[in-house]
Amino acid sequence: MMELICPAGTPAALRSAIDAGADAIYCGFNDETNARNFPGLNFSRDEMRKSIALAHGRGARVLVAINTFPRASAVELWHRAVDDAVSAGADALILADIGLMDYTARRHPNQRLHVSVQAAAANPDAIAFYAETFGAKRVVLPRVLSVPEIAEITRESACETEVFVFGGLCVMAEGRCSLSSYATGKSPNMQGVCSPPSHVTYEQTADGTKSSLGGFAINRFAVSEPAGYPTLCKGRFSTAQGAGYIFEDPVSLDATTLLRGMRNAGVTALKIEGRQRGRAYVESVVRHFRHALAALESGSETDIASLKPFTEGQASTLGAYRKTWR
Amino acid sequence: MQLSLGPVLYNWAPERWRDFYFRIADEAPVDVVSVGEIVCSKRSPFFADHIPAVVERLQSAGKQVLLGSLILVSLRRERRQTEELAAVEGAMVEVNDLTCLRALAGRPHAIGPFVNIYNEASAAFHAAHGAKRICLPPELPLASVATIAKAIPDVTTEVFAFGRVPLAISARCYHARLHKLAKDNCRFVCEKDPDGLLLNTLEQQDFLTINGVQTLSHTCANLLGDAGILRESKVGSLRLSPQDCDMVEIARIFRDVLDGRDDADGGNRRLAAVYAGVPFSNGFLWAEPGHLYRRGRSGDMQSVAPQIGPV
Repeated sequence: MMELICPAGTPAALRSAIDAGADAIYCGFNDETNARNFPGLNFSRDEMRKSIALAHGRGARVLVAINTFPRASAVELWHRAVDDAVSAGADALILADIGLMDYTARRHPNQRLHVSVQAAAANPDAIAFYAETFGAKRVVLPRVLSVPEIAEITRESACETEVFVFGGLCVMAEGRCSLSSYATGKSPNMQGVCSPPSHVTYEQTADGTKSSLGGFAINRFAVSEPAGYPTLCKGRFSTAQGAGYIFEDPVSLDATTLLRGMRNAGVTALKIEGRQRGRAYVESVVRHFRHALAALESGSETDIASLKPFTEGQASTLGAYRKTWR
Repeated sequence: MQLSLGPVLYNWAPERWRDFYFRIADEAPVDVVSVGEIVCSKRSPFFADHIPAVVERLQSAGKQVLLGSLILVSLRRERRQTEELAAVEGAMVEVNDLTCLRALAGRPHAIGPFVNIYNEASAAFHAAHGAKRICLPPELPLASVATIAKAIPDVTTEVFAFGRVPLAISARCYHARLHKLAKDNCRFVCEKDPDGLLLNTLEQQDFLTINGVQTLSHTCANLLGDAGILRESKVGSLRLSPQDCDMVEIARIFRDVLDGRDDADGGNRRLAAVYAGVPFSNGFLWAEPGHLYRRGRSGDMQSVAPQIGPV
């Protein structure tokens, strides 16, 4: 059966994920070394050690994400995160930076290493490079691929593949996007944040609500419309060719209906996005996918409840997995 | 300080593309020229026939030629294209995606601004694996640029110094989407916008530029006024990225300021005249939002966007 990899932004969410049936939980330290660096989120060194011990006691694994790109002159901070995750007993490290992979492979040759989606390994040659150079055992695939492409990559790769099945959806190649820092000075690669709340404003106008990011209007909502969060690539813009959601509608990924295709493609693990989300989200989404996987095993896939309350703008998409927009 | 010319990022008519490089070869004071279609593999066949003549003309004029690899490689055809590029002899490949590294197997190469090098350890890794030139990601602040450049003295460190700033790459084509076409049947509508398609906010504020699968800034990076501090920081080359303007003149302006024949203010005035109507930016270099522009070392940041109040 495919593994279910679940997010945890707090030790409490980690326990919820285990209760709900997670095979593995991914989480990060509470600093700029991980790509969900939000205030009040993530694990202290002590919490990480205890959480890993707890997970192991209950038969679950913990993958530690150290997936930002180390700041020049501060590489030590990221080295310490790697060393501490290894000594805390992490089952794998999820890394994006080539220098950090090099360090980890040399310093901790027995540590299992996963290639983060932020490393943007989108084909078998790039994956082979990581496997051959650093001994990477698994790659988290970018959300820009279709199911047939995932199948082809998985067939040709020495690495296991892990794919996102639910949650926030990047429409740009992950780890290669500076839109957020262009508007705000803060980026996923450098600060571990995208479209950060510190740079968001909402303004009431006669026509409704305007949301802005770094001073740029990202969306406008009528009085009757719920005002969504202004993630840059999910905004409404205008061009000479027309206006609207130019990059992507404000939707979330939900690949529940594609699980059979993922299994047939040879995918090893399914990943749920959302380390920044609360326990209720983790609990419900994990339970949903545990149920869906059990149904897939027993051949009764029709009995799958809706996850709509947890999707952005209450709408979901199959993303690139079904290549309708190609 | 060298000047390099990055690859044309837009979908120009093939003859125009060829003639652009012929004129660069004959007239532009640049040391290095990177050629090839790196944004969209569907466009590549249009330029393929002209590449040998362009490379020869540039090399005869004494320019070092780099062959740029695709930024995002996912299809089988794109992998093959990348592999073939790595097999070419007589010109160094400029790697824009790590896919290329395996095929190059340590042979001398250049690294383009689309490879994530954010620190001295990653730069050293690439230097140890054959990188001779590294153009750093445009997002990097000066402090990081300086640390990296000092850590790899044998490698020419380059920064993105002129042109709209590449910000994102996607598997999805926004030109096709806007024209209500599927990517596989896009009719190459991006050719209608040789300088990209302007994207505004709903308040009609200029914001971004769409170029097929690529998204760039609306502002034009301009590090001319920062050339002095970049030189002190051991940066060895400034990259000029082709826009739909007189790039020969842009190169002359940079050369004039670098060689002391003009000062930065004079150079900036000339740049603004040659590439008119597009605001400058250098915010990334100063660890500020990328769209901002700061004149000189101690100057105030200028904004093309209204500043948000305290939050």
